[in-house]
Order: sequence, then structure tokens, then C-alpha cells
Amino acid sequence: MKRDATRRGRSPDLPPDTLLEWYRQMCSIRAFEREIVSLNKAGLIPGTAHLYIGMEAIAVGACASMKREDFLTSTHRGHGHAIARGLDPGRMMAEVLGRSDGYCRGKGGSMHITDISLGMLGADGIVGGGIPVAVGAGLGTRLKGGRSVVFCFFGEGACNQGSFHESLNMAAIYRLPVVFICENNLWALSGPFAEMSAVGSIVDRAASYEMPGEKVDGNDVEAVFRAVDKAASRARKGTGPSLLECLSYRWEGHSIFTRVEIRPQQEIEEWKRRDPIERYRSRLLERGIATPSLLQRIDLEVAASLDSAVNFAKNSPPPDKATAFEGVYS
Amino acid sequence: MRTVSYAEALNEALKEEMRRDALVFMMGEDVGKMGGLFKVTQGLLEEFGPQRVIDTPISEAAIAGAGVGSALVGTRPVIEFQFLDFITIAMDQIVNHAAKSRYMTGGMVSLPLVIRAPVCAGIGLGAQHSQSLEAWFVHVPGIKVVMPSTPADAKGLLKSAIRDNNPILFLEHRLLYAQTGPVPEETEHLVPLGLAEVKRSGTDVTVVATGRTVPLALTVASSLSAEGIEVEVIDPRTLKPLDTATIVRSVKKTNRLVIVNDGCRTCGYAAELMAVIMEESFFDLDAPIQRVCAADVPMPVAAALQKAVMVSEEDIATACRVAMVDKLGRPGNPSEPKETQT
Repeated sequence: MKRDATRRGRSPDLPPDTLLEWYRQMCSIRAFEREIVSLNKAGLIPGTAHLYIGMEAIAVGACASMKREDFLTSTHRGHGHAIARGLDPGRMMAEVLGRSDGYCRGKGGSMHITDISLGMLGADGIVGGGIPVAVGAGLGTRLKGGRSVVFCFFGEGACNQGSFHESLNMAAIYRLPVVFICENNLWALSGPFAEMSAVGSIVDRAASYEMPGEKVDGNDVEAVFRAVDKAASRARKGTGPSLLECLSYRWEGHSIFTRVEIRPQQEIEEWKRRDPIERYRSRLLERGIATPSLLQRIDLEVAASLDSAVNFAKNSPPPDKATAFEGVYS
Repeated sequence: MRTVSYAEALNEALKEEMRRDALVFMMGEDVGKMGGLFKVTQGLLEEFGPQRVIDTPISEAAIAGAGVGSALVGTRPVIEFQFLDFITIAMDQIVNHAAKSRYMTGGMVSLPLVIRAPVCAGIGLGAQHSQSLEAWFVHVPGIKVVMPSTPADAKGLLKSAIRDNNPILFLEHRLLYAQTGPVPEETEHLVPLGLAEVKRSGTDVTVVATGRTVPLALTVASSLSAEGIEVEVIDPRTLKPLDTATIVRSVKKTNRLVIVNDGCRTCGYAAELMAVIMEESFFDLDAPIQRVCAADVPMPVAAALQKAVMVSEEDIATACRVAMVDKLGRPGNPSEPKETQT
């Protein structure tokens, strides 16, 4: 996968190549997740996976602001962040299938995909678990004299964990270079946001820590990019953290493991009509940035590259049994 | 050799390692301007500045998580919990993150994180400031657990812990901070992790003691020696990884074993040690293994109650006599577990 978008600068007039790369990334994420649905039906997934379908614009728009030296912490619903950061979908899929060529050699699975070499500090199986880790990454990078920014993704469910409050307070008092990116998909498994949160907007909580906050349409990749990029620039200048709330929706159930769907079907259908990929596709065509045939070519390329990722994963052998007992300590 | 207190020895270790490696830093509640509630971090802020000696808000989960995150990006954090009891608020980051990072990433990640925490039983602080929770952490794969009993070990083990690339729970005992002892002057005084020490040689009964109970066991050994019982006292120093060989060697010699640990009796560290020796050395034993632990009750405050619950020298002496029962006959005051509320 090309990683141009993760390395490019922050010019306000984005070149067409960048805008097309975002389209490609969003399509790659969706194709990856849809493939998991079929692999799961075929009984090839040993555990679970939490799909990012419907939320692709957040990961792609946010990671577009990342520089080579930056870090990110992710969540249990982390495939989108990993692909947008440029991780190899082949090794990711191998990990989801529990194979030896996976990022974690089959020991982590979907919820623990990590690539330290790209600053991807890990997906995380604990809701809210990555937030204090991001604060630590901010502290550590400052101590090392670096200019890295930490992009911290979490869901609205995590905002009711103590770790959220402790971490935002700590990041604010030390003015750490962290961008807190809340992906508000309105449901914490079966818990509706409106019933679980005392405040109607996560972003209102930014005021508690005297940090800038912005609410964003999480289904608009350019809007996400603009907001995250502003927050990242502030962080790079040393003016401290920000809290962004990206409003979106997951199309699938909580995980491939979850059989019961309690969300109203009408609500799901409404959100599907706000498909972030379709919206972006139309916009690219309207603005003349792409032609239908160009987008079709990208679609075919995405499908081909997914095929090779899936083949790589399926052909990767299961890990040797002896490795189960290795690697607990350094 | 010069004499230094346990707290001073820890302070020296921190200073020396921070001078040696600019990536080592310290964070926790009151560790900076105040120099630590128990003065272990005194002078650090003045020497290393606020970037490397960080006073934190009262946010244990975030302190632990910040330790994990800063270790992941290549620094070497030392975090302090003011009392071991407060670590309960940070368990997610320690158990689900620090301990598992390396394994669940297939070995991609190293996590050099030292978590210092005092055990404060014995000073009347009650049930939420007195617990010996070491067994919880020994149970979790991925963490090492260290518990020094002398100033020299405190210094040498803390230096080794800071240089180690794994998450380490470093347990200090409040009642040991003021204890003094010989500590070598050289800055390369390192005590390796995973190595027990025979603190006193003896032929009749082996006492394995941890932390605060090591000096108690040594006092008991002196008094029993006057009665003709020669006690061998072993301090594992590192509870995990455990130096099983040193203990087995001793049991093969004495054929009797008493295990002393400040934690509660049920499922405590002593229980694990007992199981290890039953597996490794059952046929070397001439008597049932005795364990001396705190009673299975929350720590009370009143001095008499606290004393009744905690491990005492009398308890250790009685257990040694019981372990010698085939030679000495039945002692007048047989060792029985401290009473448990049912």
C-alpha cells in the first residue's frame, strides 16, 4: 500500500493524488472488513473482530495528518486506523486469522494488531485502555526531545471510563502533544449514547480540561482531516492537547461474534444512506477530481490488492505450538 | 563498608541510574517537590528537573498508563504508587497492558517499566494502606516481582530492575526504610534479578522469608541457635522469577521448611512456594512444610489487633519448632494458622 498520504505535508490545497488516496484507503478498509465477514462465515476466524464499516472517513481523515514520527493508539475496532496508517493488510489479515505471519505471530489477533515501526502502539481490547497509554507516549516523546504527535482514538463508550478523565486532565496539565479523537458511533454495544452519557456531546467535556474541542461530521473525510490537522498543528506547536468528537455509525453489529442486534433497523438504514464512501465518491466526481472510470480503476485495484492480502494470510501457516510458551519476557 | 539506610539506598539507585541513562525518569504522586511521602525520591527534582521528575495528579490509572505508553516509545519510566494498596486503581494498565504487551504482540514490544510501591503494614494505617498484594502480581505472566529486605539488596535490585526490559513490580516495606546496613560504594553495585540469597547458614531447618520478615527470621534464628536449633534463612529477593534451586538445595540439607510471608494466608505467596517445594523436593522433607502468614482478615488499626494479625517473631519460632517435631517432640504451643473470621 502507498503511504504517501501519511507522509504528505499540510497544504490547505490538497493535491488530487492525496484526495484520491483517501478514497482508496476508505475502500480498502471497507473491503478488508467485508472480507472478514465472509471469512467468518467460512469458519476461518478463530476469535472475534469488530468491524469499522461505516466509520472509514474518521481513520482516513485523521491519519492523513500524521507524520512519519507520530504515534497512534487504537481500539478494539482498530482495523481502519491500522490500514489508514499504512500497515500491511496481508499481515493484518494473517493476524486476524491467527497465522504465523501476522503482526503478532498469531498471539494477538484482531484486537492487538500493533506495528511499532509505524508508531502504531496497538489496538486495545480494553475500552478506554489506550487513552492513558497515549498520554504516556506524549510524555515519552517530549522527554526524548521529539516533535511527535500522538493520535489517540477511542469510542464514546470509553468516555465514561475513569481513564478518560484522568488522561485528559493529565495531558492538559502537562500540555502534551496528544489529539484525542472520539469516534462517537452512538452505541456502546447495546448502550445508546443518549442513555449512557450525562452530556449530549462528548466535545462539551473538553471544557472540563480547558482544552480546545471540536465536533465533526465523522462521515466527511475532509471535515475530519481539517479538524484533526488543526489539532495536530496545535500539538506540534506545543500548545497542548485537543478533544475532537467525530460523529458516525457502525453498520455492523458490535462484533462478528454478536448475534443480537437491538439497534432500530430504521436508524441503521438512515446511517447507511450517509455512507462516507458514497458521499466522497460523489464529491470527487462533482468537483472533477476524478472520473467514473478512474474511480472504477481504483475499485479494481483495491479488490486486487485485498485478494493478494487474503491469499497471503490464508497461505501463512499456523504458528508452531512451541511458540505459545515463548516471548512472555524480553 | 559504609552504612546506609534502606530509603537512602533506593534514593542512590534512582539517582545513579538517572545519571547513567537520560531516558530514565520518575513519576508519581508527591515524588518531586516533596521528595516522596517516605523521602525515597528526595533531591531528584533538584538534580534532574521537572521533565524527569514528574509530580502527578492523584490519577493512578493514568500514572500506570503513562508508564506503559512512555515505555512503548522508548523511555524507561519508574513510577511510584504511594501505597501498594493504591495500585488496585491501576490494575487494568498493569495487568492488561504492561504485563501482556510483549507476548500479545508476538515479541515486537519491550516494556521497561519499574513500578515502585511500599507495603505499609505495621504502622497502624488500617485496611486500605497495609496490604501485601505481591501474590496477585506473581500470578500474572509478564511481570517480575522484586522484594528486597536489606539496603544493599534494595539498591542493587532497583538498579537491575531499571536496566531490565520488562515490567517490574518493586516492593519496598515501610518498616524497612529506616533500617541501616552496609552498602558497597561503587555505582556498579548490581544484584541480579532471579537470584535468592542465603542470609544465614544453618543445618536444621530452612526458613524462606520475604521483605520485612527476613530480619524477623534472622532474629529468630539467633535465638533458636541458643537452643541448639540451627536455622538457615533464605531471602528469594525476587519473588518472580523465583530461584527455586537455592531453596531446594537448602531443603535437601535441612529436610525441613518454614515459609514466611506478610501476605494473607489463603492463596498467598507462601502457598505457591509450598506447592513448588512439594513438586520439587517432597521426598527430601522430614516434616510438613509450615507457613507463617498474615491472618485472612483486613488489617485492623489498634496496635494489639494489628500485632495479632501480622507475622511475628513468635510465630516464626513456633513454626520452626513444629517443623522439628520429630526431633524435639510436640512443642507446647503448636503452630496453627492465625484465626480467620468465618
